[in-house]
Amino acid sequence: MSFDVEKDPFIFAHSKLCEGEAGKTGGWRSYKPIINHEKCTPSKNKKPSCFLCWLYCPEGVVKKTIPVTIDYDYCKGCGICAEECPTKAIEMVDESKERCA
Amino acid sequence: MGTAAEVLKDFKGFNMKNIPTEELLSPGHRACQGCVEILGLRLALKAIGKDVIVASATGCMEIVTSPFPQTAWRVPWIHVAFENAAAVISGVEAAYKALIRKGKIEDKKVVFLAYGGDGGTADIGLQALSGALERGHDFVYLCLDNEAYMNTGIQRSSSTPYGAMTTTSPPGKKSIGQSTWKKNLPAIVAAHGIPYVATASPAYPVDLMNKVKKAATVPGPAYVHIYSTCPTGWRHDSSIAIEVAKMAVATNVFPLYEVIDGEWKLSRKNPKPKPVREYLKMQRRFRHLTDDEIAKIQARVDAEWKTLLERCGESPEAAKDKDE
Repeated sequence: MSFDVEKDPFIFAHSKLCEGEAGKTGGWRSYKPIINHEKCTPSKNKKPSCFLCWLYCPEGVVKKTIPVTIDYDYCKGCGICAEECPTKAIEMVDESKERCA
Repeated sequence: MGTAAEVLKDFKGFNMKNIPTEELLSPGHRACQGCVEILGLRLALKAIGKDVIVASATGCMEIVTSPFPQTAWRVPWIHVAFENAAAVISGVEAAYKALIRKGKIEDKKVVFLAYGGDGGTADIGLQALSGALERGHDFVYLCLDNEAYMNTGIQRSSSTPYGAMTTTSPPGKKSIGQSTWKKNLPAIVAAHGIPYVATASPAYPVDLMNKVKKAATVPGPAYVHIYSTCPTGWRHDSSIAIEVAKMAVATNVFPLYEVIDGEWKLSRKNPKPKPVREYLKMQRRFRHLTDDEIAKIQARVDAEWKTLLERCGESPEAAKDKDE
């Protein structure tokens, strides 16, 4: 279903779909998740398996790819992926100092 | 066998391998770090797919996804007042049926989804929800239960558990925090005799997605109560949000079950429940509780679990094991 927002005289206010409606939410982060691909199951076996970090990410920024990647533009650094990783392949690295410098 | 059970006979669920990768809620929304409520919504949308019309009650999930002039929703979405998400979605469903009847649009098997927080469902929206359930509209209602009014700053709701600290039930010398017990909303909804009621937790994502998919599959109203931990309001670290949700199931604080055509069925039998203390000590909203109060909560949880086992027709052996 599509309709032209510009031409419809009854629509005065119309929201646009966009990624990052709150801006680059990666700026909220003080700890950054770093994946160790030697421990990460899909990277190690080169087979699609596990992906618990992708499934549990509230933000939806972890990509279900091999190797698993994280979109740091929007990752808020909650740490759920590091906590739930069965092989403890994700480490939360303090990056607050780096930002202040 | 009722209609819902018949429809669900050949139900093919999700497993870890066939979960859709499409994200219908775009990243970069305003939800707090470690928000499990939006995780529940994200998983539910994955389960339903993009042929859906969503009505949202006021609450966290509306605030964080839709400030003008942007929106994080990749599906048709409408925000309505606190109390009437269920009423609005019944209107949308009725209008859709009327347009099909008049031959103006073709039937694309659209799912009608309404959701609200615990305040928008258990307190303010209860009569609208009850009316929509009673009228028998074909829709899915999700209650994202984070046990208080979080978006306005953690005020108590009728879904807040006994003893919890909120800004309107502060603990002190003469108060233990929330002084009433949590409203058993899934049981209230099940009492309407609707085809499908379930409780789900984002800590068990495949189970949650299967339940939402079942809710979307059955004809008539369906309700899924999703337990959503809230690091901001429950005062725990954002990284352990899923662990808290797992612990709630392991301690029987939030048991997972389904009610299909009035038949209660446990999703996790949990033969060796953990003590409630382990769940309470993970969260700072319960830190003021004394041993007496914890014992009181434990007794209540045990009693509710026993009632649930009886409803599900299970032998109360699990409860007996614990006494020994």
